[in-house]
Amino acid sequence: MNAPANPSKLIKGATGDWEIVVGMEIHAQVSSHSKLFSGASTDFGGDPNSHVSLVDAAMPGMLPVINEECVKQAVRTGIGLKAQINHRSTFDRKNYFYPDLPQGYQISQFKSPIVGEGVVIVDVTPTEQITVGIERLHLEQDAGKSLHDQSPTDSFVDLNRSGVALMEIVSKPDIRSAEEARAYVTKLRTILRYLGTCDGNMEQGSLRADVNVSVRRPGEGLGTRCEIKNVNSIRFIGQAVDVEARRQIAILEDGGSIDQETRLFDPARGETRSMRSKEEAHDYRYFPDPDLLPLEFDEAFVEELARGLPELPDEKKARFMRDYGIASYDAGVLVAERASADFYEAVATGRDAKMAANWVINELFGRLNKEGFDIAASPVSAAQLGAIVDLISEGVISGKIAKDLFEIVWTEGGDPRALVETRGMKQVTDTGAIEAAVDAIIAANPDKVAQAQAKPTMLGWFVGQVMKQTGGKANPQSVNDVLKSKLGI
Amino acid sequence: MSVDQATVRRIAHLARIAVSPEEVPHLQQELNAILSFVEELSAVDVEGVEPMTSVVPMKMVWRKDAVTDHAGADVVVANAPVSEDNFFVVPKVVE
Repeated sequence: MNAPANPSKLIKGATGDWEIVVGMEIHAQVSSHSKLFSGASTDFGGDPNSHVSLVDAAMPGMLPVINEECVKQAVRTGIGLKAQINHRSTFDRKNYFYPDLPQGYQISQFKSPIVGEGVVIVDVTPTEQITVGIERLHLEQDAGKSLHDQSPTDSFVDLNRSGVALMEIVSKPDIRSAEEARAYVTKLRTILRYLGTCDGNMEQGSLRADVNVSVRRPGEGLGTRCEIKNVNSIRFIGQAVDVEARRQIAILEDGGSIDQETRLFDPARGETRSMRSKEEAHDYRYFPDPDLLPLEFDEAFVEELARGLPELPDEKKARFMRDYGIASYDAGVLVAERASADFYEAVATGRDAKMAANWVINELFGRLNKEGFDIAASPVSAAQLGAIVDLISEGVISGKIAKDLFEIVWTEGGDPRALVETRGMKQVTDTGAIEAAVDAIIAANPDKVAQAQAKPTMLGWFVGQVMKQTGGKANPQSVNDVLKSKLGI
Repeated sequence: MSVDQATVRRIAHLARIAVSPEEVPHLQQELNAILSFVEELSAVDVEGVEPMTSVVPMKMVWRKDAVTDHAGADVVVANAPVSEDNFFVVPKVVE
C-alpha cells in the first residue's frame, strides 16, 4: 500500500504532484434462480411486485432460509479470486430506513464474511500489470427499487429485487489511476463471467461499483476519502475517479480539507455531488441476525466446487502464452471473454498461432468493435478466418490481398479459398510475369531509375508501380528481389 | 455504561420513533436502569468461551435453488395504505 509512487501515474497540481488512491466495493448480483433467503424468482424485468414472496415483503413472522446455490456461487467466486474461503461465517443486520427496504434492515455479513483476502491480477496496458488485493467478499440482500418520476408528490416502490443475492467484493486501496480502476473492474467482470457466478450486465444493474477516492502527496499516508456511490458503467467509473481526484486536489491546494462523505457521480455534468442526507444514516447499528445460524461447510464442499470450475482467465492466458507463443497483453485481450478465447483457439489450432492472434485481434475484433457486434454475431466464422490465415501461410495471397478478402467474406460471406480462385486474387509469384512488369516500368521511367540508383530508398516508388500494374497480386518479396537486381542496388 | 439525553434523542431518531422533549429524561432513566442491570453480566468471566448462537446444537437449514414462492403482486400490496398498478406508493423520497 505504501509502495513508492509510480511517477507516470501522478497528477500535476498547481503546487506539485499528487497521487490518486482508489479502493472499490463492487456489488455483483449472484446468478441464481431464486433469492438469497426466499423462493421468489430473480428474473429481471417482471411486472411490479410480481417476483416477491412474503419474506421479501418483510411480512410479520416470515423467516429467511438460505439458498444453497448462492452459497456455492460465493465460494466459487472466492476460488476465482484466489481468496481464503471461510468455512464458518455469520449474518448480521445492517439497520436503516428507506421505503425500498421493507425489513428496516439489510441482512449482510459484517463481522465474519464468507470469503477473506484474495488477489486480482490486472493488465492495465500492453506493458503494465498490477495486482489488486481483495479485502473480503460477503453475501447480502439487494433492496427494492424506487421510481421517483411517476408522480410529482409520490415515489413508487417495486420489491422485485428485494432479497436478490449480492456479493459485495471489497478491494484494498491498491488502485492508482482511473485507467487502473477501469482495468480492475473489467478484469473482475471477466472472472465473474467465466465462473458463471454473475452475468456482469451493468446496464441491468447486475454489477455496480462504489468507488472510494482519496489523494495524497507521493510517499505520504492515506488522505481522507470520499465514497462515490453506485457508479454503473466502466467508463463512468474512470470518469468519476478523475473528476473526484481533481476536485479534492483543488480543495487541498486552496488550503482546504476534505470532508469524508458520500457523493454521487453525475455523468451529464461531469461532476460529483455530496449526498448529505446519507451521512446520518451511516450509524447502521449492526448486530448478529437472530433468525440465521452461522453458515458452515467443510473443505470437501469447497474442493468439490473447485473441481467443477472451468479454466479461468489467468490460467487460460498462461496456456495461450505457453502453447501459442503470443504476448501477455494479446493473450489477455483474447481471454477477456470465453467466446473470444474459443473463437481464437478454433482459428489458431494447427495454424500459425501468432498470425491467427493478429488476425483475430486486429482485423476481426477491430471490425466487430467498430460495428458494435458481439463475437457471437460475427459474420466471419472461425473456419473462414482460419482459411484466410492458411492462404497467407501458403503464399497464395499477400497480407494486403488478405484484407480485401476479409472484407469480401465479412460483407458477402463464402468460402475464402473458392473466392480467391473465382475473383483471381491469387498472388503472382511467377518471376517471369513480375520481371516483365518491372522491365516495362524501368523502360518508361529512365529519370526515376537514375534517382533510385543514387538514392535506394526510391525503391518504394517502383514497388508501388509494380503492385499497381499487377493489381496488388504480386508477391512483395519477389518484387523487391527482382527490382534490386534489375536496378543494381 | 450509561446514555446521555443526546444519545437518547439520536437512538430515537435512528429508530424513527417520535420522542417529545418531555419524554427524554424519563427514557434516559429507563435505558440506564436496563443498562446497569445488564452490566451485571460483565462480572462473569467468559475468557475462551465461544459466543453462543443457538440454544440447541443444530446446523442452519439450506434450501435448493428453485422458484417455489411468489405471493402475487395483489397480495403483496394488499395491506399497503396506498398502491397503484401494484406498486407501493409512498411520499416522495429522492436524493
